[in-house]
Amino acid sequence: MFDGYSSSELVAIFAMQGFAGLILFSVFVLMALGLAIIFGQMGVINMAHGEFMILGAYVTYLTSIVFADYAPAFFEIYFFIAMALAFVVSGALGLLVEWAMIRHLYRRPLDTLLATWGLSLILQQIFRSVFGAREVGVTIPDWIMGSLPLTDFIEVPINGVFVMVLAISISLAVYFMMFRSAWGMQVRAINQNRVMAGATGINTEWTDRLTFGIGCGVAGVAGSAFTMIGSTGPTAGQLYIVDTFLVVVFGGAGSLVGTIASALSISQAQSVLEFFLSGSMAKVLTLLTVVGILMVRPQGLFALKLRK
Amino acid sequence: MSDSKIPTSLSSGVSRRAMLAGSAALTAALFAPKMLLAKDYPTAAVNTTGLAVTDDTVTVGILHSVTGTMAISETGSVQAEKLAIEQINAMGGVLGRKIEFIQEDGASDWPTFAEKAKKLLVNDKVASVMGCWTSASRKAVLPVFEQYNGFLYYPTFYEGLEQSPNVIYTGQEATQQIIAGLDWVAETKGAETFFLLGSDYIWPRTSNKIARKHIENFLGKKVVGEEYYPLGHTQFNSVINKIRLRKPDVIYAIVVGGSNVAFYKQLKAAGIDMTKEKPLLLTISVTEDEIRGIGGENIEGAYACMKYFQSLDNENNLAFVKAFKEMWGSDIVIGDVTQAAYLGPWLWKAAVEKAGSFDVDKVRAASPGIELTSAPEGYVKVHENHHLWSKTRVGLAKADGQYEVVFETPDLVEPDPFPKGYQ
Repeated sequence: MFDGYSSSELVAIFAMQGFAGLILFSVFVLMALGLAIIFGQMGVINMAHGEFMILGAYVTYLTSIVFADYAPAFFEIYFFIAMALAFVVSGALGLLVEWAMIRHLYRRPLDTLLATWGLSLILQQIFRSVFGAREVGVTIPDWIMGSLPLTDFIEVPINGVFVMVLAISISLAVYFMMFRSAWGMQVRAINQNRVMAGATGINTEWTDRLTFGIGCGVAGVAGSAFTMIGSTGPTAGQLYIVDTFLVVVFGGAGSLVGTIASALSISQAQSVLEFFLSGSMAKVLTLLTVVGILMVRPQGLFALKLRK
Repeated sequence: MSDSKIPTSLSSGVSRRAMLAGSAALTAALFAPKMLLAKDYPTAAVNTTGLAVTDDTVTVGILHSVTGTMAISETGSVQAEKLAIEQINAMGGVLGRKIEFIQEDGASDWPTFAEKAKKLLVNDKVASVMGCWTSASRKAVLPVFEQYNGFLYYPTFYEGLEQSPNVIYTGQEATQQIIAGLDWVAETKGAETFFLLGSDYIWPRTSNKIARKHIENFLGKKVVGEEYYPLGHTQFNSVINKIRLRKPDVIYAIVVGGSNVAFYKQLKAAGIDMTKEKPLLLTISVTEDEIRGIGGENIEGAYACMKYFQSLDNENNLAFVKAFKEMWGSDIVIGDVTQAAYLGPWLWKAAVEKAGSFDVDKVRAASPGIELTSAPEGYVKVHENHHLWSKTRVGLAKADGQYEVVFETPDLVEPDPFPKGYQ
């Protein structure tokens, strides 16, 4: 398949393909972080994760309309405000859901799965009733949609760089919150031994609520960022949910490092395979490999050693 | 593939145009002498098979997804069918009977479609059904319609390879949508190399198969790549790199659903400028409806091959667009399938009145040869094979989300659901 191409063209293509893999990696990290926080730290399987993302996307859509109508001068930068709002709105809904539903189901993981799945259907129908069944078009500032020509052949999409920077920043922020803050220490303590953590005076209820809220908020930011590369419709969240679970489970529930390592390996495998095979076959091979590895290591790539 | 031997009968054209276009009251007044009265068609005579027909009303079914993932696409069809029914009722109904409809929700789930189809035919005894969108839903209801002898008007452009006595296909089968567009791009744009791309299911695969045969065997040009991605795929950077590597003259894209939005946004972000001559992008899966989600600025410069565009400049279409917006809101857009869905009730009405009966067997026998001289897309006629003769058009996507028509076949294109030489 490489006949008739000069070596410089090939180098350029491989550079761009490598970059495509990195973008995919960033997308996976963004998708999976919110879920990894909730699933990993609380053991709650949040099937409505995709809908929290789409809520963030709709918040971005509304923000873009407001800016286009009332503050066109600042339209170029509305995206940053939209992301912050997406975090707040999705996070607030997360707090509410935790209070109304999740906290009653903590010792029943299968029930949380069903309950959050039901929640995802409810949210989808709410989106459909409010915003219509059709996809909405989110207008993105022009500077994000362009590309940077590095050489004649290599062009780097700016939205890809944007997603990458965002993924790195959010990963760092989550890392510091988890491992360098009092809240993070409490979350980890609860994860290790809920009863003992409570006995030492940690407010486990409030910590759970905050953890769920932050996980949902991060999902909202991811959804906001994905308006640059994907669609915003009532059911668009479903497009992401399978890959998200794949990344989190493969990485090992409970391990943020595992999530990132798993996102890296899946994205690079998929991206390389996609280049040499058709898209569908690449997906099949990636999934088969993941299934194979999970059969050998059911706990995922990185697992916390816990005393059960 | 085209044929100019269609008799463009205009004898009934004037009245039909006025019927479709004009305000209902005016039309009714103007054509009162021609209006059919129910008393001239006694129910016992026009309904010998126990359908839901009374002295004043006839009931039809509407069967689309208004919930679930396909609601995005099917909403427009439901709106168009309701508009057509309302207009027909305003001018006196069918054989003097008002059309009432029972709407069922297929919920984007194929077994549900089959179940609801059975309910409409067996319990409600509807005289005909306007419905389905995806091929999967049509395949699911087909055995039901054939078993209970129902009559379905199916609006979507689709892959062909089907011809049921119980279905009228008001959209294009694959060759009607593909061949004229490829000919046009080869002739006027000098395209030599093509990159075929699609979502991974029956319609894009069958369509690309026909496209490849036509490109290689009939045009003598070259296909430099053919790729499929799973439905719902959201990352297209790899295929965009492959497109850069192969440098095709034409990207032939049949990506559907939410993937569409991801594909065009990433194509633009990767610096592939469709407003330049090369590579140009030709799609058969993006109507005005889809552009709303994609964003006009992200698809500007692409070409789409359809039979209908909202921007068609003829008085029938202007009236149709106006009526549609009055009924459903001024910010609505109308895509190819929506127009095809609008034809369903009109074709059924014409067939019933030609047959002088609601009986499905008689309506079926009367259907071939039925013509609408002033549909929004122009003149159409039902072929022996239950598909429509219609024109093929190429539109250029503009930033405002509308298409500018840049080419139109001079003659109607004959429907050919089982194309020889393309299998």
